[in-house]
Amino acid sequence: MPEHEADGQLATPTHEVRDFLHRRREQIAQRWADEPLFRTVFTVSRDEAVEAGKAVVDALAQVADSDRVEDPDAAGFSGVREQLARMGAARSRAGLSNTQVSSELAALRPPVENMLAADLEQAPPEHLRACSTTLTVLMGTLRLVAMQTALSEWQALSDRQRMQLLEVATPVIRLWDGIVAVPLIGTLDSARSQVVMETLLNAVVDQHARFAILDITGVPTVDSLVAQHLMKTVAAARLMGAECIVSGIRPAIAQTMVHLGLDLDVLTRASLSDALGYALHQLGADIVNPGAGQR
Amino acid sequence: MHTAAGVEACLPIRSDMDLVWVRQHVRQAAALLGFGLVEQTKLITAASELARNTLVHGGGGQMEATRVSSGGAQGLRLSFSDEGPGIADLDLALSDGYTSGGGLGMGLSGARRLVHEFDIDSTPGAGTTVRVTCWVAQPPRPREEA
Amino acid sequence: MSDASPRPVPGQVPVLRLGDVLLVTLQGDLHDSTAQQLQQDLAETISRTGVRGVLIDISGVEIVDSFLGRVLAEIAAQAKLLAARTVVAGMRPAVAITLVELGLTLPGLSTALSTEAGMRLLTQHSPVPGAGGPRQESP
Repeated sequence: MPEHEADGQLATPTHEVRDFLHRRREQIAQRWADEPLFRTVFTVSRDEAVEAGKAVVDALAQVADSDRVEDPDAAGFSGVREQLARMGAARSRAGLSNTQVSSELAALRPPVENMLAADLEQAPPEHLRACSTTLTVLMGTLRLVAMQTALSEWQALSDRQRMQLLEVATPVIRLWDGIVAVPLIGTLDSARSQVVMETLLNAVVDQHARFAILDITGVPTVDSLVAQHLMKTVAAARLMGAECIVSGIRPAIAQTMVHLGLDLDVLTRASLSDALGYALHQLGADIVNPGAGQR
Repeated sequence: MHTAAGVEACLPIRSDMDLVWVRQHVRQAAALLGFGLVEQTKLITAASELARNTLVHGGGGQMEATRVSSGGAQGLRLSFSDEGPGIADLDLALSDGYTSGGGLGMGLSGARRLVHEFDIDSTPGAGTTVRVTCWVAQPPRPREEA
Repeated sequence: MSDASPRPVPGQVPVLRLGDVLLVTLQGDLHDSTAQQLQQDLAETISRTGVRGVLIDISGVEIVDSFLGRVLAEIAAQAKLLAARTVVAGMRPAVAITLVELGLTLPGLSTALSTEAGMRLLTQHSPVPGAGGPRQESP
């Protein structure tokens, strides 16, 4: 029976797509090399872009072979993850938004689909439809993998930058032999408070500092959370054998703190210079004012 | 990828000698996973508190250490289980200063503040399991303010 | 860090007498029983020798949990009853941060940055400002 025979010849759509990808590897890669996503990233030569395209086609074929076209975690993708990340990162650097990168990825599909349609011209329409759907799903998964990879890269970068920013924002200054200070500027959140605490306490050890001054002149608001962090820093310094002085409590902040019912059981001074004066006095070095009435 | 060998383990908690082993293992696992010094210290201290609870209140048990990952972040999960009397009032046991064993009453509530995730499961008469997780390679994030 | 640490054995902590002060150096990972033994030994040694100070160097200690924290606090409390002052010296930043997070601020304990600073604290008569517990400061 001819019908029966024809049925026997038809591969499953997934395997049809796999065979198609193998067969048209060169042409697809050539076609993709002209797409902005490849052309603008692999700029050394056109061959480089074509090779990159082939790597992606091979990955797709491998995923199709393993029958996991819907699975972004399919083993076949692992070989091109790094390359996809590089491509995504390059496009982001060029000023494209994630949405724009995503539509460039989507643009890779139509030319391949046309090729598939041409190849399966003789096949029954429902078979072509099934293969076409499989290809669409597979390309969608590729897009997902690329976006996932780009997103995790972006996340890692933003985490790194955030850490760097935290460190940059916390300079420890040695004011005198045995006295260190941290001028805090900007909002204190939990993450930053922890960095401040660690940085200050390490400086206490490194500098053999008996006194550590936390100057909060540049901190706009002190809520109960910030106050709690200040207390923790003071308590930790005390456990190490150093004394922590909080300076620069502006009148408005003092008011808020009283309103909040925060009774900081810590040594406080109005200004950094008052705190320094206190610490110097305790260390046995008194500053004598040469001109009376002068600040 | 790190070798799971140095991280994953199941250790008995039967004597105060075992507490030392627990701490040493957690220190090694945390270092292998790349935890910073302060986070390592917090994790080891939390493990020490929980292992002591398992020993003193649970009559002994075990700690299981596993490596976990989620969205690119790696972490260490420690699970302390015993078949002791269990905890009748979890809220009370988790409050600061509550003690039934002559300590400072900082064991459970304190350990909870030292980790990112804290889970407790207790059935009176059947035992207690405490599961804690800490994540590496992320900027410090706000802890649960208890 | 100490990957290949030696097999932990319950042991004794050496207590050294330097004039009027007992110097105790804690190191590494302490057994609960070792810490309790130390607490007993110290009480006996203080009352036998009549020293005026106890200096505990914990710069070599990687973690202080609530158990060891309690032992330290009790050593200080019992020494005080025997008319001796206790100073804990050299606590590492990571240990201090962890203790505070744990909820243990050990308010009764005097502290110093190093054994030298601790020694100065103990050999001077008046309590030196700048170290140890909270206090009312004079204007």
